[in-house]
Amino acid sequence: MSLINYASREVNCKLVYYGPGLGGKTTNLEYIYEKVAPASKGKMISLATETERTLFFDFLPVDLGTIRGFKTRFHLYTVPGQVYYNASRKLILKGVDGVVFVGDSQLERMEANLESMQNLYDNMAQHGLDLTRLPFVIQYNKRDLPNAAPLSELQEALNPGWPVEDPARQRPVPDPSRSGEMLVQEVDGAWVERVPHFEAVALRGDGVFDTLRAISKLVLKTLG
Amino acid sequence: MSGASSWSFREEDATRIGALLNGLLREANARTALLVDRTGQMLATAGEEPRFDPVAFASLTAADFSANDQLARMLGENEFGALFHQGEKDSLYLADVARRVILVVLFDNRTTLGLVKLRVRSVVEALSALFTAMFAREAGGERGAHVEAGFVDEAEDEIDKLFGT
Repeated sequence: MSLINYASREVNCKLVYYGPGLGGKTTNLEYIYEKVAPASKGKMISLATETERTLFFDFLPVDLGTIRGFKTRFHLYTVPGQVYYNASRKLILKGVDGVVFVGDSQLERMEANLESMQNLYDNMAQHGLDLTRLPFVIQYNKRDLPNAAPLSELQEALNPGWPVEDPARQRPVPDPSRSGEMLVQEVDGAWVERVPHFEAVALRGDGVFDTLRAISKLVLKTLG
Repeated sequence: MSGASSWSFREEDATRIGALLNGLLREANARTALLVDRTGQMLATAGEEPRFDPVAFASLTAADFSANDQLARMLGENEFGALFHQGEKDSLYLADVARRVILVVLFDNRTTLGLVKLRVRSVVEALSALFTAMFAREAGGERGAHVEAGFVDEAEDEIDKLFGT
């Protein structure tokens, strides 16, 4: 839940990176931490195990600067991906403003991706939040690996689109980050909406900032 | 179910909260009082300027409280309404406010846990009433908190600058 603090003149928004274990969520944050100018970032906190697996969360505050008198900040969180850390995952989603699902492109991780996506829907629902009505983007990571599944297969499995019931929203909406592709469109007589998706190789930073830029803008639009 | 909403914290809220927190610090002889939203955002501080990074502190406080909430449920308790972390010199006492906010009191050996607990109890009641009214105000509005026109466009430009185009 975005907080507009008129007293301290601050706007804070919470973004959560979600996805299966070892998919690259922490790597996304580490790359952002490395590249963002020192004045724009806070301390990065990682609650991790001795083997550097995320135990509770990673946290990175990123300052956008002062906009119309308000210091504007994004709080970036990752969740632990391993299945058995669900209690921790659910806690981190509290008050979330936008979600990035970091999928692992490797063919053999397809099931883990699907399980994690289902888990995300379930955990959001338990907070009373509907993922289809919240800023949400998908990043397909590890696109450089030889065993990466084709993008179309990943899209079909993880971003098949949900039905658009509201007649007012049943109109074509182009994908701003992919020319020629649509976010909302009519398929076989039914209107469906997909979320924006990005290909990434988080280890070398490809797609990391494209993803962050997209989710940040979607979240800010909800404040307008 | 709904999408994410936003809420606001006004100047007059801050003034009333500041008065309550400063009163608490005086009466309990504690050093710093902080109010942290359950999602991990700092709302207000009073007393000595914290020597730590307040943004990181707020995120860890919320995580700490949430994790302990789950532990409480495992024991069949609804919640642990308060937590105490004891250090050699500095200690923390954390208390729930209206299930949405956490009051954190930082104190040292110039006072005692007993006194801090006693004073916190009455301030939590006053803060709870204040926050409950504040949330009711937000819920009563047609829309959640919003920023002034032009903010989003300007913020988008900053995003492009900071995160590359």
